[in-house]
Amino acid sequence: MGNMTQFPDHSKEAPDAERLKAYSWPDDPTLVPEWIYTDEYIAELEQQRIFQGHTWNYCGLEVEVPEPGSYIRSYLGSMPIIVTRDEEGEIHAFENRCAHRGAEFCKTYRGKTETFICPYHQWTYGLDGALISVPFRRGVKGKGGMPKDFDMEANSLRRLNVTTRNGAIFVSSQDDMEPFEDYLGPMMVEQFDTVFDGRPLKLLGVHRNILEGNWKLYQENLKDTYHATLLHTYLTTFGLFVASNETFVMTDDTGRHSTTCNRRPEGRPDADETTAEIGSFHSAMQLADPSVLNYVKESDSQWTSNAMTVWPNLVLIRQTNIFSARQIVPMGPNKFMLIWCSFGYADDDPEMLEHRLKQNNIFGPGGFIGIDDNEVIKFVADGAQRGAGRDGVIPLGRDDEPSDTVITDRALRGMYSWYRKEMGL
Amino acid sequence: MNVDEIEPQIAEPATLSLDDRRKLSFLVEEFNCLYAEALDEGRIADWPGFFTEDAVYKLLARDNAEAGLPLSLMYCAGKGMLKDRAYAIEYTEMFAPRYTKHQISNTRVLGREGDIVTARSNYSIFETLVDEPTEILQVGTYHDRFVIEGDRLLLKERCALYDTVCVPICVVFPP
Repeated sequence: MGNMTQFPDHSKEAPDAERLKAYSWPDDPTLVPEWIYTDEYIAELEQQRIFQGHTWNYCGLEVEVPEPGSYIRSYLGSMPIIVTRDEEGEIHAFENRCAHRGAEFCKTYRGKTETFICPYHQWTYGLDGALISVPFRRGVKGKGGMPKDFDMEANSLRRLNVTTRNGAIFVSSQDDMEPFEDYLGPMMVEQFDTVFDGRPLKLLGVHRNILEGNWKLYQENLKDTYHATLLHTYLTTFGLFVASNETFVMTDDTGRHSTTCNRRPEGRPDADETTAEIGSFHSAMQLADPSVLNYVKESDSQWTSNAMTVWPNLVLIRQTNIFSARQIVPMGPNKFMLIWCSFGYADDDPEMLEHRLKQNNIFGPGGFIGIDDNEVIKFVADGAQRGAGRDGVIPLGRDDEPSDTVITDRALRGMYSWYRKEMGL
Repeated sequence: MNVDEIEPQIAEPATLSLDDRRKLSFLVEEFNCLYAEALDEGRIADWPGFFTEDAVYKLLARDNAEAGLPLSLMYCAGKGMLKDRAYAIEYTEMFAPRYTKHQISNTRVLGREGDIVTARSNYSIFETLVDEPTEILQVGTYHDRFVIEGDRLLLKERCALYDTVCVPICVVFPP
């Protein structure tokens, strides 16, 4: 038997050239071809070349596996994995699939255990994914059983490389990954650290929802600051994000990661020329309980919100006193799961905990603005699947503009420039 | 918070007389019908009126509750937050038009202490979008504490604990 603990590496293979001839990317950089949202082969290629390619993929927080033996279910791209902490406190990640008959054996969201036992034939694995025991290995009464040269190590669970930074866990199926800090680049590391500054975290809970649409639409949504000022009436009305706020949209040198930093003004925005262009601005709206939106200053950051995307699957949000890490899990071309992990700091007092829980009404599958995005992604997906074919347009702003404008598609163009390289398209 | 704190498991029928159980069960069922009608008819502005001034409303995923994690999908502490949720749905949120239908069943009164009545019911919500078949949005259990005044009930606490942990797209109207 060969070494089955390694992932087959498809990421560096040239994609099927004949097959790819059918896909032609438009020359105009302001156009995005529609087939990247709907095509089965492209979705399959993304798994090989992006998620199982040269990427660090977010898969959870250290606080979700707080003690030796703690584990969670998670994903690398579409592939179910398990993330554990062993007796020495080290974090491991491996495929949630028995090395024997391939069963996805771990069916609980989280828990604590000493071993993982596949129920089918009771093959048993340790917290690092190593195969520990196989029942009837020597057969019964000298008959049957495993071959004499059966290699336990080679029949362990397929293990992933793991890295962490300030409490966030990332995995890769590639062995030659650069350090996470180099993967992000210095500017994005600084942004990452405004959310994860190294203080111990407290897990508040996890939301899960299944969205109808392609996973890249969610990356786009975060890089598209134009929509934030228009779709999200709740944000604009209460000044959490308005086009006239001081805002920066930045991408790293490769274009794959991005961040939006925003400073909210004191009080509500005035009705002026900016709000006049926002058809959804409700100047009459008053909260019956405005304390929900209070900003309790808890860091030196000059920004009140940071919305960061780490390629390919993490959306990191700091909005007022909400911290959340959203994992994008592709499920074929027309569906994806979001896992929204919400957290605070370990030393939050009960009052701060309550404040964070109330403020979390803004995001999630039932959030004041979470609903807007979850819904509008289906609108785009319905268009792509049912409408007559046409390319999407991302024409706003310029690629060499200063970073302090929000009425721009610059970060989307950056992402697709990187996407084409990684996919060989 | 965990599930046992939301409501200790009470396997026995409430220690109330049959007449009291019959009366209270009817009042809770009637209340739930009115609650469901308001939501299913799109009268979201009427929703806060089913609660007391100091009421708590929580929509909790069952896996979070079982793990002792406090995060709610929707959380209102006090009528102000209930009104803000209703207003946000009516005036600020963008969502595709939909019909919803609550089915509330297995209603059981657990007990009464003074003017507080505790009860639980299962709920399921069907959702129908334009040009799409009807889907199940959510199934769960209401864990309720009512204030009773004469024949009138108001919710002092409604904790909707849902089994449908992987939410299909989003939950717009509160269950």
